[in-house]
Amino acid sequence: MSNNQPQAAATSAEVQPDWLAAYRKMVTIRLFEDRVNDLYQRKVMPGLAHLSSGEEAVAVGVCSVLGDQDYITSTHRGHGHCLAKGAAPDRMFAELLGKAAGYCGGKGGSMHIADQERGNLGANAIVGGALGIATGAGLSIKQRGSDQVAVSFIGDGALGQGVLYEVMNMASLWKLPVIYVCENNLYGEYTAGSETVAGSPLDRAGAFGIPATEVDGQDIRAVHAASQQSVERARSGAGPSFLLCSTYRYFGHHVGDVDRGYYRSREEEMFWRTERDPIKLAATWLVADGAADQGLLDQIEQDVGRELDQAVEFAVAAAYPELDQVGTDVFGD
Amino acid sequence: MTEATAETQELTMAQAIREAIAEEMRRDPAVFVMGEDVAEAGTPFKVLSGLVEEFGVGRVLDTPISEPGFTGMGVGAAMTGRRPVVDIMFGDFLGLVMDQVANQAAKVHYMSGGKLSVPLTIRTTMGATRRSAAQHSQSLHAWVSHIPGLKVALPSTPCDAKGLMKSAIRDNSPVVFFEDKMNYQQRGPVPVGEYTIPLGAADIKRKGRDVTLIATSSMVLVALEAAELLAAEGIECEVVDPRTTVPLDRKTLVDSVRRTSRAVVIDEGHRSYGVGAELAAVVAEEAFYFLDAPVRRLGALDVPIPFSPVLEDLTVPTATSLAKTVRDLCGRS
Repeated sequence: MSNNQPQAAATSAEVQPDWLAAYRKMVTIRLFEDRVNDLYQRKVMPGLAHLSSGEEAVAVGVCSVLGDQDYITSTHRGHGHCLAKGAAPDRMFAELLGKAAGYCGGKGGSMHIADQERGNLGANAIVGGALGIATGAGLSIKQRGSDQVAVSFIGDGALGQGVLYEVMNMASLWKLPVIYVCENNLYGEYTAGSETVAGSPLDRAGAFGIPATEVDGQDIRAVHAASQQSVERARSGAGPSFLLCSTYRYFGHHVGDVDRGYYRSREEEMFWRTERDPIKLAATWLVADGAADQGLLDQIEQDVGRELDQAVEFAVAAAYPELDQVGTDVFGD
Repeated sequence: MTEATAETQELTMAQAIREAIAEEMRRDPAVFVMGEDVAEAGTPFKVLSGLVEEFGVGRVLDTPISEPGFTGMGVGAAMTGRRPVVDIMFGDFLGLVMDQVANQAAKVHYMSGGKLSVPLTIRTTMGATRRSAAQHSQSLHAWVSHIPGLKVALPSTPCDAKGLMKSAIRDNSPVVFFEDKMNYQQRGPVPVGEYTIPLGAADIKRKGRDVTLIATSSMVLVALEAAELLAAEGIECEVVDPRTTVPLDRKTLVDSVRRTSRAVVIDEGHRSYGVGAELAAVVAEEAFYFLDAPVRRLGALDVPIPFSPVLEDLTVPTATSLAKTVRDLCGRS
């Protein structure tokens, strides 16, 4: 792998996050996805559900260095990004169930949640479909002279989309404040990345003069540190960067992808769940550093679970949209 | 039309479009232009000549030849406070950008429950008979007219082009604006001073009692020429120009046909499954009991546009072919 590390060293301005808050956010995503799985299995949730369980440290680590004013774009596997950016679980569940109280009034659903108040320009059901949007947000930021940044979360599957290389080229040419965060969970849908990606993804970004860094996506501290460097680079006007975060999705491509032995083994899944779990890894060092004890971490999990159960109750009880809503919001006001 | 003055100036359509964009750029600092060869080159048709000199490269951006990338960036910039005017050099290149246009720009407002808007104008071209062959001659306005969430304008005169372009740039929905390459040097009176023409208002270009010719873009000129020929034979044609396919001013079209009892639709898109078919269907549905004859359609032949001039000229409707159709319709052949 080439080493295209940003030249600027970590500065003293680096802010240490509230690690317990970050831990709680990761637990929130994990338990949120468990409830999505349950709602889907019980046929309460219509449509498709792509769970991000196992990938929590990437979403939370990146968003830990962003403010509400900063933009993200997300993917079909986007519940974690949305929660990490600050969305409320009750309105998210409502959106997933197609209810009026959802973030998009039920018109978007799991694959299209947007939360403009917190800079979430939306999940996107086209692989790589939001890359132009995020890069255009970067152009907008630069034109407005703002110090915001735009983060585009993509999966390794998006490495196959030509638009990625078009927008990275322009982002580098014009030094746009964009961070491309590639969640390399090893599989694009039902096919291993080893069958679809030639050469090095880092070299692809490097070819455009974009600093590219491989990050342990299961270690929230590593994600946080790399994100902080990238955000500082973007805010300073130095341009885009590319983070390749190695991670793993615990479930299949979507909830219905249960018999997946033909593309990956149970042993591999168990290895990541037991040895590489981002929440367990964080718990280990939080306890070792004396930042928390197991009792506190257990309490966090219980509290979060209770909150999420209430959020599910809210969403299940919430009303569907009025039928006249089918014809509204087609055109801008 | 708003605030039109009686005083007019003679402008080509290219000049009228340039004036519209320049005026809107002066009026609103959020408006900017991006595309291939839009700055110093001023586009191959010189429509944008002079803009970069007035507004600088920060607002007139030459892009790489990356249509999906920069169109997607236009979507993102529009979602975050800008009003981009994206230049797609030839309408044929819509094939490259349809994901950005149809899956992103068109749907963002609806999918987000009305929270996010895409005030984006996409300029592109249409029209054959420039000997440009199959990949630079198509009229593909039906593609985008079919996608809910997009507005579509196709002006036939310099006056309409200017007023519609100003409305397109101010609109909070994505608008695809088709300019017929053969019309760029066509001159016509344009009101001096500020005016706009609303999207969704058809215009009667010639009054007549015997037959309604519903014509779009450069086919309006064909229809007016045919009307002149037919007037000498005692057939009075009314020429109605919808000016936008979305929104469509059904009422003006239908009212005209109810008066004349005969209709021919002339549109340069391919005849099958196109805008012509839609316009004919509107007339058939809403004026059926007023019709003395079936609605007729003239469009481009259902063949790729050939290079050889003798073949290409066969593919598009002409005043002669239209006049023949009208005579048939009126029992005068």
